[in-house]
Amino acid sequence: MNALETRLRARRDAGRKLLMPYVTGGITPDWTEYARAFAAAGADAIEIGVPFSDPTLDGVTIQEASHAALTRGATPRGVLAGLAGLADLDVPLVVSTYCNLVFRDGPWAFCAALREAGASGLIVPDLPVDEADEAADAAAGAGVDLALLASPATPAPRLAEISRRSRGFVYAVSLMGTTGTRSALGPAATALAGRITGLSDRPVLLGFGISTPGQAVEAARRADGVVVGAAIMRRVLAGARPDEIGAFLTAMREALDDPGA
Amino acid sequence: MMGDVATRAAAPRAMGVPGERGRFGDHGGRYVPESLVEACREVEEAFREAWADPGFRGELATLLAVHAGRPTPLTPAWRLSAELGVTLLLKREDLAHTGSHKINNVLGQALLAARMGRTRLIAETGAGQHGVATATAAALLGLEATVFMGERDVERQALNVFRMRMLGAEVVPVRAGTRTLKDATSEAMRHWVGVAGSAHYCVGSVIGPSPYPYMVREFQRVIGDEARRQCAAALPSAVPDHVVACVGGGSNAAGTFAGFADTPARLWGVEAEGGAGAALGRPGVLHGFRSLFLQDDDGQIREAHSIAAGLDYPGVGPEHAHLRDLGRARYVTVDDGEVTAAAVRLARAEGIVPALESAHAVAWVIRAAGSGELPAGSTVLLTLSGRGDKDVATLMEVL
Ligand SMILES: Cc1ncc(COP(=O)(O)O)c(C=O)c1O
Repeated sequence: MNALETRLRARRDAGRKLLMPYVTGGITPDWTEYARAFAAAGADAIEIGVPFSDPTLDGVTIQEASHAALTRGATPRGVLAGLAGLADLDVPLVVSTYCNLVFRDGPWAFCAALREAGASGLIVPDLPVDEADEAADAAAGAGVDLALLASPATPAPRLAEISRRSRGFVYAVSLMGTTGTRSALGPAATALAGRITGLSDRPVLLGFGISTPGQAVEAARRADGVVVGAAIMRRVLAGARPDEIGAFLTAMREALDDPGA
Repeated sequence: MMGDVATRAAAPRAMGVPGERGRFGDHGGRYVPESLVEACREVEEAFREAWADPGFRGELATLLAVHAGRPTPLTPAWRLSAELGVTLLLKREDLAHTGSHKINNVLGQALLAARMGRTRLIAETGAGQHGVATATAAALLGLEATVFMGERDVERQALNVFRMRMLGAEVVPVRAGTRTLKDATSEAMRHWVGVAGSAHYCVGSVIGPSPYPYMVREFQRVIGDEARRQCAAALPSAVPDHVVACVGGGSNAAGTFAGFADTPARLWGVEAEGGAGAALGRPGVLHGFRSLFLQDDDGQIREAHSIAAGLDYPGVGPEHAHLRDLGRARYVTVDDGEVTAAAVRLARAEGIVPALESAHAVAWVIRAAGSGELPAGSTVLLTLSGRGDKDVATLMEVL
């Protein structure tokens, strides 16, 4: 088992709910400071988006963040160089990006570059399990965990296959829609997390739309943890500094650790 | 020996049924978010079943005849032929209802959507022709329609926006990115994720995740099948030496080529110089399929530029990428200046004002006849994909 999954399982098995915050790489000149603030606030893994010109599964917030980062001159190479500077954090780094960037120089070269930069996980939202063979081999070859996504529309046998072939964790998409903050968590979200945990003991992280400590707690009732993306990037786009994001995540961390409080 | 047989059996016939997971050679596939996989699978299953059903085919053939005005004529371009020294035949998709070939695909998909119990069509549009066709088919079959259109195209194609709204469709301007067809397609896909259970995504060209490239080509092959019969009657050689069509995503070209893939005819796809996915693109994945896309060294998709909104797409359908790899079709480019000149020349020589998209094919024939690439005396079938009414405002600015 690779580093990411080993770490997440150990923490889950110790009774901890997992928190994976997201930042768009290159969004500001000092964007890695956001990752440092995530770590200080108790993140169990950190998701770093490598911005793509056409993020078809992202809602307006992450579209805007991707566009802003690219306009600033962000490149895959530059973002990975930033990651390499976070090696001292001791928090697993998970890269998320779209197929076209993974395939540009081939998945083997991409995954080797991830490993070089110190990333231990990869999420590719437009790569469903049926198309994932080569990327999965390349990731495994580089010791990187390729986490697959599951959705509320995924039928049972397919969900079993996704749970089996995913590495690191299973990314449960909470709703039929794009990334973006939502005022409430739909019933499909926790139902999906429950379906996956019934099929596999791989950690299950629920993402898409989780915006408040209350929603995180609700999501973590059935899932092993949560991914928080657009709620962070909305604040970053509005000018929030790393310490302000840190305070937001600390509140979420505390709620996850002590849901009764 | 066994290996030999297996290899031969697996070798794809040009323009046959795609391989496993919608593959055309290395291209195609289904690179969609997990949330859309089930929706794509349902479309695929419904299409295969409908396409094998003579009842469905008969219903579609009737609509194409009584509503869309098929078959469209084959018009000899007498004066232009004499000027160019070739025999040029025009397949008149400009005379199809709503003004372009887009209606062929849309009637097929709208019938399929109704058969699947969907109540709404979603579409992306560039020039507005696919949007108008979708709005038309929705009105005809009692479905709702939501059309995504880049804000820049909403401005460029105001007449078509009005037509869509008059037909009862909702037109959603897309402000993201380059505000053209690429972004309209992304936005339509995002919207589809949330409504896949009740709405059918009516993709407008031979692009998108499997089964769309195959399905749209099959719905457009009526162009090539008719032209094949019409050429057989019109030409002593029965089959033209050259078959030419413009290529945006590539649906009018794919439908035309499908009728001639098994003949010796040479196939030519003409792209806009600034939107030449097949001629200048590199392998990549966008909008659910692997194909050739204009992109930078990092893999960021580049903006396409063309005077013809319908060709403003940075990629090309996966089957065209495959035909290029096989050498079965060739892809060439023309620039905006050649295109407007060709539109005027066709108008004055033949009394036909072509869509700027279609004028790309005309422009290349004019150039190639001049350069000898089309030798004197060649017979040429050109699909005139649409009429120029929608482009009058653009032409008024540049002429
Ligand atoms: C008249 C006309 N021709 C061609 C095209 C390009 O599409 P395709 O390459 O799919 O035929 C369009 C698209 O809007 C069009 O309106």
